[in-house]
Amino acid sequence: MSEKTVVVGMSGGVDSSVAAALLQRQGYRVIGVMMSLWSEQGREKVNRCCTPDSMRLAKRVASILDIPFYTLDVREPFYNQIVSYFIQGYQSGITPNPCVQCNRQIRWGALLNFALSLGADYLATGHYARIVTDELGVFHLYRAKDHSKDQSYVLHMLTQSDLARTIFPLGDLTKSEVRQLANEFQLPVAQRAESQDLCFLGGEDYRSFLMRHLDELPPSGAIVDTHGRYLGQHQGLPFYTIGQRKGLGISGGKPFYVVAKDLENNLLVVGSKEDTRKKTFTVTQVNWIGGNPSVSTLELTVKVRYLSPFLAAKLRIQEDGSCQVELSEPYWDITPGQAAVFYQGERCLGGGTIQIVLS
Amino acid sequence: MMNRNNRIYLDYAATTPLADEVVEAMLPYFQKEFGNPSSLHRFGQRAEGALEEARMTIAAHLNCSDEEIVFTSGGTESDNLALRGCAFARREQVGANHLLITAVEHHAVSHTAEQLARHFGFEVEILEVDSQGLVSPEIVQNHIRPNTALVSVIYANNEIGSINPISEIGKICRERGVPFHTDAVQATAYLSLDVEALNVDLLSLGAHKFYGPKGIGALYVRKGIPLLPCQTGGGQEWGLRSGTPNIPYIVGMSTALKFVQKNQANWTTSLAHLRDWLIEQVLKRIPQSRLTGHPTQRLPNLASFVFKGVHSQKLIALLDAEGFACSSGSACKTGNPSPSEVLLAMGIEPELALSSLRVTLGRDTKLEHLESFVDCLIEKVVQLRG
Repeated sequence: MSEKTVVVGMSGGVDSSVAAALLQRQGYRVIGVMMSLWSEQGREKVNRCCTPDSMRLAKRVASILDIPFYTLDVREPFYNQIVSYFIQGYQSGITPNPCVQCNRQIRWGALLNFALSLGADYLATGHYARIVTDELGVFHLYRAKDHSKDQSYVLHMLTQSDLARTIFPLGDLTKSEVRQLANEFQLPVAQRAESQDLCFLGGEDYRSFLMRHLDELPPSGAIVDTHGRYLGQHQGLPFYTIGQRKGLGISGGKPFYVVAKDLENNLLVVGSKEDTRKKTFTVTQVNWIGGNPSVSTLELTVKVRYLSPFLAAKLRIQEDGSCQVELSEPYWDITPGQAAVFYQGERCLGGGTIQIVLS
Repeated sequence: MMNRNNRIYLDYAATTPLADEVVEAMLPYFQKEFGNPSSLHRFGQRAEGALEEARMTIAAHLNCSDEEIVFTSGGTESDNLALRGCAFARREQVGANHLLITAVEHHAVSHTAEQLARHFGFEVEILEVDSQGLVSPEIVQNHIRPNTALVSVIYANNEIGSINPISEIGKICRERGVPFHTDAVQATAYLSLDVEALNVDLLSLGAHKFYGPKGIGALYVRKGIPLLPCQTGGGQEWGLRSGTPNIPYIVGMSTALKFVQKNQANWTTSLAHLRDWLIEQVLKRIPQSRLTGHPTQRLPNLASFVFKGVHSQKLIALLDAEGFACSSGSACKTGNPSPSEVLLAMGIEPELALSSLRVTLGRDTKLEHLESFVDCLIEKVVQLRG
């Protein structure tokens, strides 16, 4: 058997670096590729994913492993497909999840295509998740062995053809094992801190970013309570997210939370913490990793945010492919635009975008 | 290369022979790994890997981050880049127009400062040194000004080996917000180059003083210190020094620095021991001889003297004819009959300053070399005094 070639999406971080080293040890011909993502002019040095510093670290790792290393300039597609989506999402009242979008359109889009054009058989990343093939040859996505690091949530959009060409070398490892391996492989990355920020915000609050990038400033409007009583003025709906408490600028006895955004009437609806707890919502653009379910009703668990717990739910698949989710217990801050990801046990069935929160 | 044809090399401050491992490390980069580190292909990637590894080795030795290392063509270029680059950038940024240097700087610093004064309108102030060639922190404190663009003080002087209190001077500069440069070219083989402990912002290195090749050096530039590039072009070396990096020599320099790390502790004791023996013998056995520089706060491998009534150019020729290679002071001044400015600054009369002799030891120097050298020196001094 001739040796297989794998392109590793590198970031200079410990995970992708160890992924590359492990694949090399397993006998693959490894090529490192780092993407230049979009950064606002003048803020290139604070981008979480592709600062000149991380680029140099990634190159350093490639040099230590003595593997080829290339950069892939995706600044334009990243801006057009991810940053624009982010800005338009807020403009249209949702809280977008650009990381999911980036995985769909950039990593398993531009990067995978580039890997294939380099003659690679596979694309590997440092994500924590597992791919399992069943007896029929169907690929399934499973949670990582290290549950605290599991990233299946942001991978729920992967298709059969994506998974057939994907390797997640870290799926069976814990983070501490990965750090230890980085030391063993003598990779100069083991000490780097982690961050959950959006890469192109570079640690900045998203509101300041929006201020600079919205075509026109969104109109201010009324803040009302759940009974429609006027409480004050908001600065434009894009600057608020569901569940937000701080920065509302209204005073009252008990704290107010953003419960909903009424785009039609430009109203920001606030209420008690309890008012943000919801049970039912719809999910659209649903991807079923192992194929569409044969039944229209499913009992499963769902994650409504990257860090939310697994919530027990009943799911009804509508004729148009969208789903209605009913949680067993109401949960806080279910936010349109975020992903709802479905699980049965360790297996990630797929997921979609939260569309409307009903009750 | 000492002792070849019975020659004994006692001029390690002028230059040093390459260590075997240095030559060996360099060789692949002339032919096999010849790529340009800026190229995107594998040839370039391999060269870039070597470049960055060398940079990391040097950064680790200086206790700085690798982005703070700029490769140059040697100590002289490093000094030029530090002075010119910082002077112009500071003038542009804050209008600073005053340069503070000392009377014991290498010409790479003093002549650069002189040009900045003569042709570019900077005011250059030259700090006095004491009779042992040392710069005091107090004098820096008293002369530093709000409009000082840069202070430059040599770490260890190349003619007399006196070691300046760099850390204390650096502290003063830091307090006053003025960038501080030191020429560490002679110091590298023997003294700590920890830029944090030294409180320096710019530090010059030259490889050939520590068993590396000629034609390669580096400048440490602390993050945030403004520097205008002196050589513009393709933007290599963080845009501070354009030109395709000299990979084989850079690899040679980092290998030489590793060689220093391995041997420094040993050299520092053994050479200081030989140096002290030499100084004691010379002062004891040659009348009207005098040690120049500080008796103890000096480089472990450097002994420097003046001999009343002896012309040093003649003395060096006579010694060389007997197989002993040493120098009058700075190797860069060979053929220059005027007395050393460094010696004059220490208060040595011009005539006596013309009788200087610098003996510098290195890794191959043995006691028996020095024994025969001292005998020969005595004979030649007597002969020249006639």
